[in-house]
Amino acid sequence: MDAIRAEHLKKAFATVTAVNDVSIAVKEGEIFGFLGPNGAGKTTTIRLVTGVLTPDTGTVHINGIDIHRHPLDAKMQMGVIPESSTVYGDMTAEQNLHMSGKMYGMPRALRDERIDEILLRMGLSEKRHTLVRTFSKGMKQRVNIACAIIHRPRVLFLDEPTSGLDVQSRRLVIETIQDMNEQGSTIFLTTHNIEEANTLCQTVCIINKGKIVAQDSPERLKKMFDTTQSVEVSFDRPVGRDLLSGEGILRAEPCGDKWRLYTDNPDQVLKYLIGRAERESIGITSLATSGPSLEEAFIQITECT
Amino acid sequence: MMEVPLFLRGIIVITGKNMRLYYTKPPVLMFGLLFPLFMFFAFFVGRHLDLSTFFPAFLAMMLFFTASSVGPLITPWEKREKTYERLLSYPVTQDSIILGDVAAGAVFGIGISVLVWIASNFFIVVGVTNWVLFSLAFLLGTLSCATLGALLASPASDSPPNVMIFSNLIRFPLIFISGIFVPLQQMQGWGLTLAYCSPLTYMVDLFNAAMSGRSVFSPLTDCSVLIVVSVGFIVAARFIQKRNMMKGM
Repeated sequence: MDAIRAEHLKKAFATVTAVNDVSIAVKEGEIFGFLGPNGAGKTTTIRLVTGVLTPDTGTVHINGIDIHRHPLDAKMQMGVIPESSTVYGDMTAEQNLHMSGKMYGMPRALRDERIDEILLRMGLSEKRHTLVRTFSKGMKQRVNIACAIIHRPRVLFLDEPTSGLDVQSRRLVIETIQDMNEQGSTIFLTTHNIEEANTLCQTVCIINKGKIVAQDSPERLKKMFDTTQSVEVSFDRPVGRDLLSGEGILRAEPCGDKWRLYTDNPDQVLKYLIGRAERESIGITSLATSGPSLEEAFIQITECT
Repeated sequence: MMEVPLFLRGIIVITGKNMRLYYTKPPVLMFGLLFPLFMFFAFFVGRHLDLSTFFPAFLAMMLFFTASSVGPLITPWEKREKTYERLLSYPVTQDSIILGDVAAGAVFGIGISVLVWIASNFFIVVGVTNWVLFSLAFLLGTLSCATLGALLASPASDSPPNVMIFSNLIRFPLIFISGIFVPLQQMQGWGLTLAYCSPLTYMVDLFNAAMSGRSVFSPLTDCSVLIVVSVGFIVAARFIQKRNMMKGM
């Protein structure tokens, strides 16, 4: 049985169709990445799948329960971390968690036990009695996640959970996602961070202009575009684009203090770069080739749809 | 049927959360507590009026302001603070949220008004002639005012001040046409017609029936109107809030 099964979802706001005939199936125990450019319909889809919005047409089942016919039973199975949503600032971290636990019908003793465990896990034990409004963004997000997983949900939805977080908070969020998955939870992850999706997800689904345009494992998606590889190079002084328009280079993009050169033939580009640098007495400080990336696949898929 | 206990639990938890978070918010204290007291001082004190005669109307006004002041604040506040969507993601429905808001307003209204009534007994004679009607006046009055509060929150944006201004634009005129400052018996023409349209009129009348034994309508009429109005407010709030759910989210 699929943990999440959405079929032919459609949602329009006035004249704009935000989600158009979207079908998704997420297997139990899977980490499912849901990607798309801004305004592609990711958040609307997640709102439809979590029962926050009602679709114009289509159905959603969470562990076999129809969320629009039995919203409360279905929501009991889920934990949700909505995008840009937060917890109650005028409550302490502990009070927020107690309220979440009560919502899921957890008895007091179980709540106390789980709150101790989860606050320790999130590095918030010492701040348990502090009002959340005094917390940093990263700490608020940790409380937000703690509230969503307090009842050990079988399905966890995360909408951009690492957006705008510092490195430590981001790492903690990712570790929590992996822990939850190891304990058997199915994860539905929306993210802008392609690298995050690449390393975390077993399946990636790409939505663009309200429609699903690709769905497969990250490796298979990359292989769909395996003709394009890249060479990353940096020089000991600034160089102009003319140097990077040699044979075999399809496109050159500045990337920090380096250049990323897209090519079908890395060997040809390497030889060209080394020869040209030698002729013009330019030092190459770093040189690396890389295979097709999920980011490249994402860009190509969303640009051609 | 399995969902009924979940639904009820959602209402109870939301009510508790609302009581904890919103009773002490400045707009609730201002428009729910201080304003009716100022109105009392402005209209009744120093005017050599028989306070016992006007007390039922004052109590109705107190109940009206307190019970209807919490509801309009909650949804816009939650949308502004970005907690509304998180709330919707819990095992609750929008109906549970509306009923939780109504319950929080009702508890606030009944709690404060009963305290005012008890305190007033130390200063003036405020007898009750019919305890059943008195209880009904409290219960149905609170219910109608709290549901009005939920309805006033319906055009919910993420701006609490805008919603409070809108809600006061509706609430303030009602107290002048509902037999609080001018008894219904002394009203004529358009004033009387407007009074018939205000649910507050029937609440004041029911308090009068319960405390002085004098009323314009029969208690059955008052109770029926208050029940019908409460149901109407809830149905309208449900419809409009569903339509406006995405506003401010």
